[in-house]
Amino acid sequence: MPTRLVAGIDGAEAGERALAHAGKLAKLIGDCEVLVCYVIEWSPYTFHTAEENAERHGRREAEIAAAKARIVEPAVKRLAGAGLAARGVVRHGDVAEQLDAIAKDEGAEQIIVARSSESGLASRVFGSRTAKLVMSAAVPVTVVA
Amino acid sequence: MRKIIPGALAALFAGPALAQEEGGLDAAVNEAFASITGPFVDFIFAPLPGTNFAWIVLWLVVAASVFTLYFGFIQFRAFGHAISLVKGDYSDPKDAGEVSHFQALATALSGTVGLGNIAGVAVAVGIGGPGATFWMIAAGLLGMASKFTECTLGVKYRNEYPDGTVSGGPMYYISKGFRERGLPGGSILAVLFSIFCILGALGGGNMFQANQAHAQLSGVFGDYPGWITGVVFAAIVFIVIVGGIKSIANVTEKVVPFMAVLYCGCAIVIILMNIDKIGWAFGQIIDGAFTGLGVAGGLVGALIQGFRRAAFSNEAGVGSAAIAHSAVRTKEPITEGFVSLLEPFIDTVVICTMTALVIVISGQLVSDPATGLYVLNESGSIQTVTGASGVALTSAAFSTAFTWFPYLLVIAVVLFAFSTMISWSYYGLKSWTYLFGEGKTSELVFKLIFCVFVVIGAAASLGPVIDFSDAAIFAMAVVNIIALYLLMPVVKREMTSYLGRLRSGEIKRFKH
Repeated sequence: MPTRLVAGIDGAEAGERALAHAGKLAKLIGDCEVLVCYVIEWSPYTFHTAEENAERHGRREAEIAAAKARIVEPAVKRLAGAGLAARGVVRHGDVAEQLDAIAKDEGAEQIIVARSSESGLASRVFGSRTAKLVMSAAVPVTVVA
Repeated sequence: MRKIIPGALAALFAGPALAQEEGGLDAAVNEAFASITGPFVDFIFAPLPGTNFAWIVLWLVVAASVFTLYFGFIQFRAFGHAISLVKGDYSDPKDAGEVSHFQALATALSGTVGLGNIAGVAVAVGIGGPGATFWMIAAGLLGMASKFTECTLGVKYRNEYPDGTVSGGPMYYISKGFRERGLPGGSILAVLFSIFCILGALGGGNMFQANQAHAQLSGVFGDYPGWITGVVFAAIVFIVIVGGIKSIANVTEKVVPFMAVLYCGCAIVIILMNIDKIGWAFGQIIDGAFTGLGVAGGLVGALIQGFRRAAFSNEAGVGSAAIAHSAVRTKEPITEGFVSLLEPFIDTVVICTMTALVIVISGQLVSDPATGLYVLNESGSIQTVTGASGVALTSAAFSTAFTWFPYLLVIAVVLFAFSTMISWSYYGLKSWTYLFGEGKTSELVFKLIFCVFVVIGAAASLGPVIDFSDAAIFAMAVVNIIALYLLMPVVKREMTSYLGRLRSGEIKRFKH
């Protein structure tokens, strides 16, 4: 069974750094599969109108399709182009919880994320997602600068 | 329906001329409205022969009692499981991103928690005395079984379309459920329900809200014509439901729960400040429930008021919640039934009771120290310290502890009114599209009518509006409950199967 690495991407520059590092590690490991993961922020405890609820299932499918087409599949293709085994995963939920859950479900050895651009008041009030992942993950986490 | 719209539109467009006449536009709208809706209201609230007990109230209470017995007091047996479902303990992580049980419940609650809890309770206690609270709680507890039945059916028989949207509610379970069970008359009942739901959406879900929001605003800013509030509200509702500007609705959906928590927080603080009177207050509630303590109509007067306001507040048996709950993602329709039974509990047993307790505990109701009976005014209501009734009575009760409370209440009433309108615009729209088919033009027609009724509601006086609002919503219950009686074996089958699998461990928790 190949070694599995979870690379958390966000569709922005930070995600690219995480992906690049995951690719580098995968090459060094050899028999390795990179799971390119994108998490759509979602909480089951938010409030919506009845109309939004009625349309939710369709929107969820559209969100997953858009994330796959625009963010995850191009990243998987880039890794595949470099001769690496890669697979895309898109999930809804809390970023830290979902990356950890994917790592557990897939038996991954490590999670690779990049320090994001979260700064200032928001991260002070709500805490950084990266910090939450580091504190709670069941497998080692590499945070790329 | 056909009669109302041209009448109302004529009253509106004749505005500039009428405004010059005595009484102005508001009086003209009011008069036209009362004369059109009178016969409908009289029929729905007709008393049982030889009594002053409206048959419709008995209809709702008997139904709630039948469902309670038929499902073996499911509202008490499944209460803990309902909370586990809302917490997401049984939600499949693979369904993340779909509508959760919590979201379906919160959406349905935002349609029911509102003026019924503030104005309706004050009306009930003001006329029926503290004893009305007891009957309101009783009706709330029984109503949990009605809600359970209708919401299970709402999910079971919803329509799921290829584009991923869902449509559910009594019109769907009546037509599909009747067909499945080989029962006749399903399509006629479904059409009748849809007509009443459209009227309910325009009445209780729209005009009553606009009317009370205007009453609160004019209390703060001084008396000004109702149509001004109506036009402003209609414009905002228009932007949201026609313009598709979801951000306003999103903000409201987030602020409303906060306001509800703040409202309950204030009530708890007032109750704690008067903790020494809590025993006395409950004594008044229980004594009043069985003796009436001098209110008009005695015990029956208290009972009618309690039942009527509970039904109007939590809408159990009305069928509206089944529309809101049907969007949930679940493989087991019965789970949404369990979750929905929390709705009358939160709405009536918790929030309405808090309002009633604050009114009683703050000593707003005037009683005769010699006899202990309440003093009545000329209109037959209980004399209050400030002479206030409705929202103003709740406001006066809360302001005995917090002088700033009336300002908070204005914001709460306006936001509650707005969120209830948005919810009911959807319920009405679903009924409209059931009747006239889905399509942009058809939807736009209903949305425009809805906006026009916002203006009418704000301009009309409370009496005719409150009567029509109650009547339209209760008319929905007439049709819905007939269907629930005929379809309740379906729910029982689902319930027995699910509870059996839950006990055997076949249905597992995902979270521990």
